[in-house]
Amino acid sequence: MSGSATHEPRQLLPALPLAALFLAAFVLPLIVLVFISLFRTPQFLELSPIQYVKFFRDQFSVTVLLETLLLGAEVAMLSLLLAYPIGLAYLGSGKIGRALITFLIILPLLTSSVVRTFAWIVILGRDGIVNSTMLTLGLWDSPARLLYTWGGLVVALTQIQLPLMALPVINSLLRLNPNLVKAAEGLGAGRFRIFFTVVLPLTVPGAIAGWLLVFAAAATAFITQTLVGGGRIVLMPSYIYQQAVGVQDWPFSAALSLIFTVAVIGIVFLVGTTSRRFARGIDAV
Amino acid sequence: MSNTRGHALALEGVGHAFGSTIALEDVSLSIAAAELIALLGPSGCGKTTMLQIIAGFLRPTKGEVLFDGNRVERIPANRRRIGMVFQNYALFPHLSVFENVAYGLRARKTSSAIVKTRVAEMLDLVQMGGFASRLPGQLSGGQQQRVALARALAIEPGLVLLDEPFSALDKNLRLDMQIEIKSLLKGYGVTSIMVTHDQEEALSMADRIVVLNKGRIEQIDAPDALYDRPASLFVNSFIGHANFLRGSVTADDCVRLAAGPEIRLAKSTQHCRGSAVVLSVRPENISLVDSNKPGAIPITVRATMPLGSVNVVEGVTPTGEAVKINQARLSSIAHARVGSGAWVAINDMTAVGVFSAPAETFSVNGAKEF
Repeated sequence: MSGSATHEPRQLLPALPLAALFLAAFVLPLIVLVFISLFRTPQFLELSPIQYVKFFRDQFSVTVLLETLLLGAEVAMLSLLLAYPIGLAYLGSGKIGRALITFLIILPLLTSSVVRTFAWIVILGRDGIVNSTMLTLGLWDSPARLLYTWGGLVVALTQIQLPLMALPVINSLLRLNPNLVKAAEGLGAGRFRIFFTVVLPLTVPGAIAGWLLVFAAAATAFITQTLVGGGRIVLMPSYIYQQAVGVQDWPFSAALSLIFTVAVIGIVFLVGTTSRRFARGIDAV
Repeated sequence: MSNTRGHALALEGVGHAFGSTIALEDVSLSIAAAELIALLGPSGCGKTTMLQIIAGFLRPTKGEVLFDGNRVERIPANRRRIGMVFQNYALFPHLSVFENVAYGLRARKTSSAIVKTRVAEMLDLVQMGGFASRLPGQLSGGQQQRVALARALAIEPGLVLLDEPFSALDKNLRLDMQIEIKSLLKGYGVTSIMVTHDQEEALSMADRIVVLNKGRIEQIDAPDALYDRPASLFVNSFIGHANFLRGSVTADDCVRLAAGPEIRLAKSTQHCRGSAVVLSVRPENISLVDSNKPGAIPITVRATMPLGSVNVVEGVTPTGEAVKINQARLSSIAHARVGSGAWVAINDMTAVGVFSAPAETFSVNGAKEF
């Protein structure tokens, strides 16, 4: 025990470059951000916590924050619903099927999120694939507005972030002892009972990990939110951008950034710790 | 409580292939209600495939599976009412002992009052009544196995299947659990089939043992009969220790051993004169003798092991066949020194097995080291 303790600092040495980068590119700017947010006016004249008071007194700002968090949660939920069927299909497939599913999941990660977002604009646009198909089939009389809507944004973000959910869920499913499923089946349980009483509870860790990744990624996805959501839906990332670059109110946008960061990290922390308590005993075998 | 509540089981011409690999070939077998059967064989012999077919996790590529005379191949596992005990018990790690045992009852939509009494009854049966609220991870191996059995019996199965049930237990606990599980299954009167690669486990537990090799049944018999009258060289080498001595038939009841002497057997060899045979002699049926005894076989002693009740002497014949001798501790001629020569002779000719020598290079001495 004492031996490993004395070796510890040396073992951490290889992590030093990354730690330095992290410090210079994340921690220091964050400290600067805190400092900036404490000025009363954009002219950096007087120190005061007024920006935070202003945020929480402003109905519009609070709504933007809540809607952004709601978007993250909705996208994470929808991804979760889609990830399990993919995971179960993966589990039930042979070698070739698994390779194919893995490829399809990884593929979007290999393209830039700008490209994927533009693909969604092509799909959802007024003359896009969905509209032209529905009009040709005569199912719709006039093109529906899909782009720049909440639903369109949720669907697009779900597709873009799905790999972050599917991979941990598949990993969890693979680690599930297949005899547990057989045991449940032998005891007389049908597919749905097996899924909800055995498979789902035992893969919760993967589902939570995926949920948190997708939630954080979707809530902060500036490009997709801006391009698919358009100017009509104002969310925290574009709100911050608008305040910083458009209005040039750096103290307020710094405060917005910090409030948003704390809110996202807070939810990640809260969901992580509460779910870990429910997942007790899962690794105990 | 009625004493037989199990199904009678029959397999008729059952075969299974995974792609081009044949795992099970034309197996027929019938098991009476309340019987305890062991499927014994080396890994890859098809015993697990057979169990999966009976359980309903695999549909056989050919043949029929009958419970009490009714075909069940098309009935899925969750409607066969089979209690299964898995190798590592497969208890649900996130559910309490109570919920584990209750699982099959709840899956059958049993009312919660009945679930409660039935689970309590089952946990008492396996002496785990005080552990209902524990999680499986908080139990020892033996306790987990008891819970697994309670869970399997709770659904009042017609058949209990046990897949290598003792392999995860340490050696000291194994024998205790074998005795306990056997008396539980017997007392409960349920038909049980257990899969094992451990011959001692099969010998100590089962009413009858099915010896499988390469997807085929080699022999079905009671433990004593398997040991005393093995039907094939494979069974002989797999059940218990045996010494194999090569020889050729010189007369109807005479065999000249490659190692030297000609010996007269108790009965006809049933082999043609001149054919190559293998004699099987159990270690307890062979002993150290003086060199002038007729039929004495020369050996070089390689090791002596005082194992308490018996002394084991290991030697090798001039033709390279390993010979193991179990000598009673107080035997008068127990003076074998490692490296020196000695003589051995067969005690009881009626207990010697005679088999055709296998065509390939003779390797049964290796095969018995499972």
